Formats: sequence, structure tokens, C-alpha cells
Amino acid sequence: MSTAGQEAVTNAPTAGEYIVHHLVQWNTSGHAQKDVIDFGIINIDTMIFSILMGVLGLFVMWRVARSVTSGVPGRMQAAVEIVLEMVNDQAKGIVHSAESRRFVGPLALTVFIWVFLMNCMDFLPVDLLPLLWQTISGDHHAYLRVVPTADLNATLGMSTGVLLVCLYYNIKIKGLGGWVHELFTAPFGSHPLLYPVNFAMQIIEFLAKTISHGMRLFGNMYAGELIFMLIALMGAAWTVSATGVSLFVGHVLAGSAWAIFHILIVTLQAFIFMMLTLVYVGQSHEAH
Amino acid sequence: MNLNATLFAQLVVFFILAWVTMRFIWPPIVKALDERAKKIADGLAAAERGKHDLELATKRSTDALREGKEKAAELIVNAEKRAAQVIEEAKVAAKAEADRIVAGAKAEIDQEAVRTKEQLRGQVAALVVAGAEKILRREINAQAHADILATIKQDL
Repeated sequence: MSTAGQEAVTNAPTAGEYIVHHLVQWNTSGHAQKDVIDFGIINIDTMIFSILMGVLGLFVMWRVARSVTSGVPGRMQAAVEIVLEMVNDQAKGIVHSAESRRFVGPLALTVFIWVFLMNCMDFLPVDLLPLLWQTISGDHHAYLRVVPTADLNATLGMSTGVLLVCLYYNIKIKGLGGWVHELFTAPFGSHPLLYPVNFAMQIIEFLAKTISHGMRLFGNMYAGELIFMLIALMGAAWTVSATGVSLFVGHVLAGSAWAIFHILIVTLQAFIFMMLTLVYVGQSHEAH
Repeated sequence: MNLNATLFAQLVVFFILAWVTMRFIWPPIVKALDERAKKIADGLAAAERGKHDLELATKRSTDALREGKEKAAELIVNAEKRAAQVIEEAKVAAKAEADRIVAGAKAEIDQEAVRTKEQLRGQVAALVVAGAEKILRREINAQAHADILATIKQDL
């Protein structure tokens, strides 16, 4: 909370300003994005941290995979095996095609590990990396958000990826003709009058799946991050007085409690994202 | 929460990571897991086989032991029977031998007695004749009374 403390002397950001500042991405435009949608901009911080987490997770698993043994496994191998076995079991239960599972299994594992690690960025103190970055870059108003999954672009990017996988398997399993036929005849039945209704329902279904898939993860992580910020604000307001000290104690207590609870959310959201990926891909294998 | 091109960049990263996992991470680990599952299954089967073999061996050894015991018992019974028989035979043979010896001794004794009687008879007859001769020398001719003497000798 030293930033807030220092700035209290110079230009004293209000609680609102502090939070808003924390919620602005570091992007290629050099300033906060003004339009809601602007495809000319890329969020540098989201890309850095998501790629970093992806590479970290895959590197650890790759090292295990390189020295993997069917004999007595080491602890690291056992840990990776537990996760892999869990994902594989879920995949087997949901996607019944062994051929598809050769891609869908690794995909689900990647999603789980990657989302889990990205969510875990939330456990770092909210001001640690932004402060570091502000010190290194020399710009005391530099923006940096460290939780990639609290950026809607990242989660919607992944859920769009899942949508593409679903479309691929729809066409692969049912054939282009079969899938188009399904688009117009399911869920209400094959009748020319029902074609538009069916098609609209199908489009809505795909959109709803994809958006809710991305939004769910984003919403959870965004809210979690916000609460960490609010807790940080509480500690920032501490003074040498009875109320001030109780605010400090409150920060420590609430921060610990929320961080512990957040471990559950982080794991749960990663698991849900993985399970929904499997479920959606599994659904694209089934004819209506 | 603004949308921008990060979405597409993230989409590409998503597929690259998934491809890396599919190509380099998933297959070796799954292979190792399958191999270990097979090893464990084989091990369990071998243990089951071993247990079965042990059961068979135990059964065989129990049978052999029982057979041995039976054979030994039979041998003992036979030996006892044989011993009893030998003793019986020995008894019979000994009794026969004893009877024979006794009979032989008796016969010899009888013979000896007869011979002794015969001898005694002769000596008595001689003595009598000698006595009678001495008595009769004076009054009787031995030759004239020879038939009487013979008769006496006969009666002795």
C-alpha cells in the first residue's frame, strides 16, 4: 500500500481512482482504451502473463514427460499423473470417441493447467507487480494487470477457441451436410416452417455457450481481484489510532480469509472451464 | 473490460499450447500410465498364479505325507505280524526238538535198562550157577543136572 501512501502526499488518489487505475490494461495504444471494442489494440500485460503461465505450466509437464517412467514415479511425476489421470477420466466419460480424445484430452489438460496458473496470479499482492513495473518503467502511472483471466479478452479468446473446436468436430463427425441439416432441423423437428426457428435456436445456443463460458471465468476472477483491491484499500487507510489499527488488522484478517477462499475459486473455475470445454466438445459429437 | 485484438492473440496462443501438449506432453505420460497399469495387472496375475501353485504344492505335500504315514503304519503292522509268526514257529520248532531229545533220551535209557537187565540176568545166572555148582559139587554132577540148571536160568 506504499503507492497509495506515497500518492496520498502528492496527489492523493481517491479509493475510486485507485481501483479504476488498477483495472486498466497495459496495451499497445500507450493509454487506456477508450472505445469498448477496438481491434487495433492488444493488451500487452495479458499476453505477457498468459504466455508466461502457459509456458511455465507446459515446461513443467514437458520435463516430467521427458523423463517419465512406467516404474516407480517421482513426486513431480506423480503430481502430473494425478492431474492428467483426472482430466483423462473426465474426457473418457464425456467424449466417447477415442480418436477425438487424442486431441481433446490434451486440450482439456492444457486448459485446466493454464487457467489454474493464470488464476493463481491473483494470489500475488495486488500492488506488487504494478509497483515493480512502475518503478522499472519510471512511469508512476503505468498500467499493469497481472491476472490474465480477469481480462475478458483472454477468457473469450479461449472460449472462442473451444467454439472453433466444437464446430470442427460437428463437421468432422456429422459431415458438412449432416451438420447443416442438424442446424435447420434440431431441436424442433424437420418442417420448412420450423427451419428459421431451429436455425435461430442453434445460433443462440452456440453464442450463449461461448459467451457464458468466457464470461463465467472472467466474472469470477474479476470479482475476486476487485475484492483483493478493496481489502488493500482498507489496509491503505491505516493510521496510528484505534480505528486505523483495526483497519490494518481487518486487512490482514480479510486478506487471509479471502486468499484462502480464493484458492477454492481458482481451482474450481479452472476445473469448470475444463469440464465445460469437454462437455461442449462432447455435445458436438452427438447428433440431435 | 474492453474488447480488443488480445482476443485473437489469445485464441492463437490457446491452440499453440494445446498443440504442444498434444504433441510433446500427453502421449509419453499416457503411455507410461498404460504401461504401469499393465505391469500391475501382470504382477497381480503372477501373484494369483503363485498362490494357486502354492496351494497345489501344499496339497501334494499333504498327500505325500499321508501316504508315507500309511505306508509306515502298514510296515509296522506287517513286521509285528511277522515277528509274532517267527516267535510262534520258533516255539513250535523248540518244542518239537525238545520232544525229540526227550524221546531219544528215553529210548536210550530204556535200551540201557534192557542191556543192564540182560547183563544182570547173566551175572545172576552165573552167580547162581556158580553158587549152585559150589553146593552141588559135592553131591551133584553138573552135567547130569544141566537141564535143571538151564530151566532155573530161564526163570531168572
